[in-house]
Amino acid sequence: MTYKHIGKDFTPPDIFGKVTGKAKYAEDFTVDGMAYARLLVSPMPHARIKRLDLGPALAMDGVFGVLTADDLPTVDAPNGGILTNEPVFIGDPILAVAAVDEKTAEDAIGKIEIELEPLPFTVNPTDSLKPAGPNARQEGNIYAGSPPEVGELHWRKEDVERFLTGGQPTAEAPIEWQYGDLEASFDNAAVILTESFVTTGYAHMSMEPRSVMSYWENGKCFVYGSTQSQSFIMPFLAPMVGVAPENLVYVSEYCGGGFGSKIFPYPTMALPAHFAKKLGRPVMLRITREEEYYIGSARVGFQGWIKAGFAADGRVCAVDLYIVQDLGPKRAGGDASSAGGAVSILYQPEALRLRSVPVLTNTTPRGAQRGPGQNQIAAIFEPMMDKAAQELGLDRVAIRHINAPDSNAKLNADQGPVTSAFMAEALALGAKRWNWTEKTKRSGRRRGSKVTGIGVGQGYHAAGTTGFDGLVHITPDGKIHLHSGVGNLGTYSYASTTRAAAEVLKCDWSQCEVVHGRSAAHLPWSSYQAGSVTIFTHTRANHVAAMDAVAKLKEVAAAALGGQAEDYDIDGERVFHRARKSRALSYGEAAAKAIEMGGRYSGVEAPEDIHDVTKRAVAGIAGQGLVGVAKDNLPKRGTVPGFAIGFVEIELDVETGKHEIIDYLAVGECGTVVHPLGLANQLRGGGVWGFGMATTERHVYDPQNGLPANVGFYQCKPPTYLDVPSRMDWAATDIPDPDNPVGARGIGEPAMGCAVAAVMCALSDALGGHLFNRTPVTPDVILSHIAGLPPTSGPLAINTF
Amino acid sequence: MDVKLNRRRFIKGVIASGIAAGAARHGAAVAGGDRPAQAVDRLLSLKINGRIRRVDVLPQETLAHTLRYRLGLTGTKLGCNRGECGACTVLVDDVPHYACSMLTHNARGKAVLTVEGLQSADGTLHPVQQAFVEELAPQCGFCTPGQIMATVGLLRTNPQPTREQARHGLSGNLCRCGAYDHYLNAVMRASGQAT
Repeated sequence: MTYKHIGKDFTPPDIFGKVTGKAKYAEDFTVDGMAYARLLVSPMPHARIKRLDLGPALAMDGVFGVLTADDLPTVDAPNGGILTNEPVFIGDPILAVAAVDEKTAEDAIGKIEIELEPLPFTVNPTDSLKPAGPNARQEGNIYAGSPPEVGELHWRKEDVERFLTGGQPTAEAPIEWQYGDLEASFDNAAVILTESFVTTGYAHMSMEPRSVMSYWENGKCFVYGSTQSQSFIMPFLAPMVGVAPENLVYVSEYCGGGFGSKIFPYPTMALPAHFAKKLGRPVMLRITREEEYYIGSARVGFQGWIKAGFAADGRVCAVDLYIVQDLGPKRAGGDASSAGGAVSILYQPEALRLRSVPVLTNTTPRGAQRGPGQNQIAAIFEPMMDKAAQELGLDRVAIRHINAPDSNAKLNADQGPVTSAFMAEALALGAKRWNWTEKTKRSGRRRGSKVTGIGVGQGYHAAGTTGFDGLVHITPDGKIHLHSGVGNLGTYSYASTTRAAAEVLKCDWSQCEVVHGRSAAHLPWSSYQAGSVTIFTHTRANHVAAMDAVAKLKEVAAAALGGQAEDYDIDGERVFHRARKSRALSYGEAAAKAIEMGGRYSGVEAPEDIHDVTKRAVAGIAGQGLVGVAKDNLPKRGTVPGFAIGFVEIELDVETGKHEIIDYLAVGECGTVVHPLGLANQLRGGGVWGFGMATTERHVYDPQNGLPANVGFYQCKPPTYLDVPSRMDWAATDIPDPDNPVGARGIGEPAMGCAVAAVMCALSDALGGHLFNRTPVTPDVILSHIAGLPPTSGPLAINTF
Repeated sequence: MDVKLNRRRFIKGVIASGIAAGAARHGAAVAGGDRPAQAVDRLLSLKINGRIRRVDVLPQETLAHTLRYRLGLTGTKLGCNRGECGACTVLVDDVPHYACSMLTHNARGKAVLTVEGLQSADGTLHPVQQAFVEELAPQCGFCTPGQIMATVGLLRTNPQPTREQARHGLSGNLCRCGAYDHYLNAVMRASGQAT
């Protein structure tokens, strides 16, 4: 299909602010009379406040007040309270001091007399699972059930030993789901592989620390924050700050990176609002890099075991997956189940069982991180695919092709359908473009101390949902205002999804203005900006809103010029009579007529089924032009899959254990390409994230004292320019999904999963097929293997040096 | 009891201990009662973006704090405030510096250029800024001002770098989004070597 806007590059309006420095992130806002808050955070991994004397601090000149957990609403464990009297990780915020400036606040914190009683702690899930092992919280050591709650689970000593030494796990797992006949399917296997594995958690480390500023004015609470999502924040943040949603003004024009850590409002986001209310003045809470490490979230760690059966023709016939999850001390998501889901769709096994033990630890809180679960398992399972291919005498791309999901694919425990899938086409496209057959001839080639490794990896994430709202507004000056409730997280999807509306309206992009970034700008209800959902979800929402606008344009024209609405058509920002094209209104004239007609035409009336957030947005613009607004009720016949495939060539130095990535290609299998440069940036950026997960990024905790050892960028080690190739190629299948009006599906998370998998496969390839079964694979791990030494860390060790 | 004495707090305290009450409105400032009376002059004339700016600066104040919290030049970002990420990169006499790691007093008599100083008065973008737009180089954009200033500095010493030289020239600037490829494309475009 030929589009005017879809598939074409454009200049997103916010990019000018980014290159000129005019972009305002949360910390860049100031208001008169602002107080500055600083946090006192826990120096212990688990403790209880025994004594607290705020007097000396409050007596200091320039100190406005102190906020403690006792000033705030209580939150049930293990949900994250804003402040706490029982810190559960080093860096857990205990109290905040507000003062005339930050130094005074810091000095006041130094004068606070606080006595903490140390409590048992753990930084390793399998330590906690031991008989009489330490519980991360006084309430228990696991977070499971339906609905999930904190409980206690300890294994028998022999169960722990069996798990740590790679034996088939027998201990109780609170989470379990299965489909198919596992035993019968394993009976059909020609090759069965059994592996233990570890994927270490690591910090999100967004570039912008999550600073927040708040104040109250005329009963309204203003919050300037940093979140991936915009409209989706409103109903969650409002109760956190104690205000009705209609009295919350939320500004997040720019978000300096989130990667899953800023999907929802986070606890400290509500702190300045509470403090501002208490003090009667605006409060700014600037977050330091160290604090961002503590409260900025981290990936869930896995310690696991896999048994996978492969038929003689290469088909994956059965998978048994057991995962102990390191959840940190608070509520965390379903990474393990997502890992099972990813295996179910990528390889289409006849039978699959997922068992999981979600264990709490006294490390930093965890949350979704780009491909939560899907990307951990991609790093582990894809090298196993290579091993199976080797044992069956198959090419590594060929075995993936044999198992490739198509549009009849099933996934998850319920074996539900997908909207579409074209992985066979994607593999073929990538193998051809990357010249796979020729490049694999270089596998294991030795040049001095360097060995070539070639890898291919696949990534998956569900990538789209439905039921959200779109809003377009045509004003008498002819301008088309595309209201986007999508957050500005760096993907430009807040703007690119609105191009689906421009497509329907057949208008020039120069006539469009994307309205976004602050709730007071009248933004519609949006999905969260996470889970790769936005492109699918909001091209649909924009499409239906624009369809509503077009219907109203035709009705307005019929009312003004005679005839029936169906006699009219649109183009060139005009609505015209099909038989007599001179009988026409410009969009601006139609907007003026809509104001005159009122009712649903000008937004005075709104559809019943739209969200309250959208109803308020419509009310805010009512009577100013022609309003197109609708909820996305389009059919969606299954899970919307997003896939990506990475091809990588590395050179591994067997004397130093270091490697260099020579060449990389990412192939997106994400439906129609909406914004080529944006997709390219996501595929490449996801690749960089995958490289980091594979080889450099990890949590490092001192098990004796629970101390984190890498709270800075340098130690956490996200990849730099010098860790990645200076050119990274990309391609896309560009095959439309039938359940999206422009054919689009999401991509952000698989773009990373395929890269971590490809690098893991390439490292294995360089070393004759050895499976490390661990992320990250650091040089010491490689050198220990080459030297024939045992691993530098203990069995299934997690969060360690 | 100082429950959180560590390296970062110690260094931050040392830095902050000299910062003036005059900037209290912006929060980076401090009361500074323990500051030596014989400290260096506070009122400085700084050449920022081609203009002379008179500013009240305390002895241990960093250039990043002066720019952001006294002069309102918030395009200079603080990603780490400890010389790890490069988000605060500015040019000092045409040489890229981490503004978080340079004392403002050391900028006396030197020309400081921030991202706000690149655009022409008529709104025309600097060629580097324009190239960053055309290549859709930024993602979240938080590191972008630093990447742009590092690029401007690189091109002043090496107007036509190879891609590999550009990669090394920008290697002090972290991008958590991983937009490196697009940033390098922008460098090559800005130097007239677009492919």
